[in-house]
Amino acid sequence: MTSEPQTHDWSTDVFDAMAARQIQTVCTIPDGGLTRLLQMCQADAGIRVVTLSTEEEGIGVTTGLWLGGQHAMIAMQSSGVGNCMNALGMPQVMRAPCLMLVTMRGQWGEFNPWQVPAGRAVPRLLDTLGVNVYPVDRAEEVGETFAAAADIAFNGGLSAAVLVSQRIIGAKGFGR
Amino acid sequence: MSGNYLERRPLVKAVLEARDGALVVPGLGSPTWDCFAAGGSDDYLYSWGGMGLALPTALGVALARPQRRVMCLTGDGEMMMGVGSLSVVGQQSPANLSVLVLDNEHFGETGKQPGLASTTDLCAVAKAVGFRQTMLVTAMEQVADLAQMLFHTPGPNFAVAKIALTQDPLELPEKDGALIAEAFRKAAAI
Repeated sequence: MTSEPQTHDWSTDVFDAMAARQIQTVCTIPDGGLTRLLQMCQADAGIRVVTLSTEEEGIGVTTGLWLGGQHAMIAMQSSGVGNCMNALGMPQVMRAPCLMLVTMRGQWGEFNPWQVPAGRAVPRLLDTLGVNVYPVDRAEEVGETFAAAADIAFNGGLSAAVLVSQRIIGAKGFGR
Repeated sequence: MSGNYLERRPLVKAVLEARDGALVVPGLGSPTWDCFAAGGSDDYLYSWGGMGLALPTALGVALARPQRRVMCLTGDGEMMMGVGSLSVVGQQSPANLSVLVLDNEHFGETGKQPGLASTTDLCAVAKAVGFRQTMLVTAMEQVADLAQMLFHTPGPNFAVAKIALTQDPLELPEKDGALIAEAFRKAAAI
């Protein structure tokens, strides 16, 4: 075992922050680290989960929902960020919000070397494409960071990504 | 190529004239120019980029505004890039969303290179992933039935119109994404 997950329930913090901001749709290709949050979303009749075939579709769906007057977000694993590069331009030219919750792989104690190149590149890729990036290393700080990123995105029509460190999720325990 | 090929501009004009207030999310390039050439509207979300995003964006609009009809109008190249999006729409199954693919079996914008739709039956794909109605359009006489399906029949619905590979006059709408989005948001809120 290279890294144990942190025990604080950050998924509930994110879920509460979503509710406070009327985020009614989560577009996702899941990750083990998102399991608990996605279970809460699925169980809530007021939240729509849109399962994607590739992560970039989430940029279109969330932008479309904003055009129709609703708040939405994308939840994905870090390896999916690379699939979004060209798509990230659309919300920016429209000055539409684009809120992403990214659980990191290929980072802290990763056992699978195939995950490492994308994990390493994600913060700089997002920054290069003009996304405001908020990495979090402590489970207790995920909720407030997510809330701050959501406010930046929805108040300013900006793109914002919260990167949940593999240190929080654990290198092997992907259950939280 | 075989069969009948429609002229895109008259086809799009006829479809848009029958849209009955529907919001339209055109794909980048030619479908956007077609909409503008037919007479511009704030109901059209003109696109200059983001290939593959027209259908996911139209899905988002349709989910947010279930009381409005939404049509995604795109080309065969963009539809093939985002062919997985058909499954996403099929699973969400919005009754107010329709798709019309303008299929010239080529990448018309970039030098008329051959595309994939000549050997992929997109209507069959759409049917297989949960679209309620599909239609292959090869004659202008079908436009009334097409419009009935796109704008009045519970969806999601999907049509492919086989169009000729033409070089149409450039008709370029607003380019500023923020202005396009603002106008469309106001139109969608009605």
